[in-house]
Amino acid sequence: MYEFEFTRPASVAEAVAALSTEDAQALGGGQTLIPTLKQRLAMPTTLVSLSGVAEMQGIRLEGDGPLVIGGAVTHAQVASGAGAYPALAALAGQIGDPAVRNRGTIGGSLANNDPAACYPAAALGSGATIVTNIRELAADDYFQGMFTTALEEGEIVVAVKFPIPDAANYQKFVQPASRFAMVGVFVARFADGVRVAVTGASEEGVFRWAEAEAALTANFTPDAISTLTVDADGMIGDIHGTKAYRAHLVNVMTRRAVSASA
Amino acid sequence: MTKVTMTVNGKPASGDVEGRTLLVSFLRETLGMTGTHVGCDTSQCGACVVHVDGKAVKSCTMLALEAEGAEVATIEGQAAADGTLNTIQAAFQEHHGLQCGFCTPGMVMSAAALLKDNPKPSEAEIRHYLEGNLCRCTGYHNIVKAIMAASGQDVSAIAAE
Repeated sequence: MYEFEFTRPASVAEAVAALSTEDAQALGGGQTLIPTLKQRLAMPTTLVSLSGVAEMQGIRLEGDGPLVIGGAVTHAQVASGAGAYPALAALAGQIGDPAVRNRGTIGGSLANNDPAACYPAAALGSGATIVTNIRELAADDYFQGMFTTALEEGEIVVAVKFPIPDAANYQKFVQPASRFAMVGVFVARFADGVRVAVTGASEEGVFRWAEAEAALTANFTPDAISTLTVDADGMIGDIHGTKAYRAHLVNVMTRRAVSASA
Repeated sequence: MTKVTMTVNGKPASGDVEGRTLLVSFLRETLGMTGTHVGCDTSQCGACVVHVDGKAVKSCTMLALEAEGAEVATIEGQAAADGTLNTIQAAFQEHHGLQCGFCTPGMVMSAAALLKDNPKPSEAEIRHYLEGNLCRCTGYHNIVKAIMAASGQDVSAIAAE
């Protein structure tokens, strides 16, 4: 790692001030950022840890929903504390391994927007709202392609608001070495329709599968999408799986998610 | 350099570290506690697992300054002061849960974290929990057996395939 200053502010306001320094970088749980720094792929002058910000802790249910999760809440805390939204708790419990889940945070995952991360699928599939220090962003506007989000320089994910669907499920085809999703599909059925969000598959990062959403809104069964396909063009192709393989997996994992949530 | 202060195995510990100093480097190089190992240095292998405020973490992927004020537990604190092994360590010895021993500190700390949350895990739960701890010698069977034994369960059903 290159040398950097480390600061651990106690409030969002102090964190925002610290992040206004040139080349300052926010640090969530560090499970992606620290390996990135070790490889010298980033050279921040100041690392601003968000782990001491009390306002970004905690999980609370507002009435019947949304479920509001602080940006610095760890995957392990969501897995054990998001019982009001079981599909989300189950997703969090499948990220990485136990030690990684004790450090990695939801805000860090969403800010990084890794194309194979699990949380982007949950946020987009649930139609969540990303709450930052300056505004609220609909998930549909927040994700803007691989490792790209609507966040401005120095903007922090303070919390995430998840509406709670009538039924939901996440199916992850694990890439066994990294434990990221080779393909992961989050399906959520609300009174006004079904949302389907796919991670791990596309070169554009997490995306909604509109054709499947329409078919499942009309008929929430795996058979409703058995003949639907996604175009292999634009899928990720690498040593772990070809574009066609991932395109195939999108359909398979979507059907499994519908079966598991119906 | 910044001063960091924490509790390690129940005793106060402090030292001057850089922002980039990893928790594992602080433990090994500043405190001289080399029981915690660095295997892969990429948060894959789990040889560096310690507990921070009761939670298992990979100390190669946490900055020392993030542990300011924390209670840290390492492999050095597992045995009694007179060297008597704790239940998990004794079970690893009894069931031959190690060969070269490099992964063992992390395995023992992960096992301790598992048994704290789940005192009677099934074989499948143990194997799943150890996803982030790699062992290149044993093939895992004897590690799983040791953890089953440490939890007071019958191990005869776990076959060494």
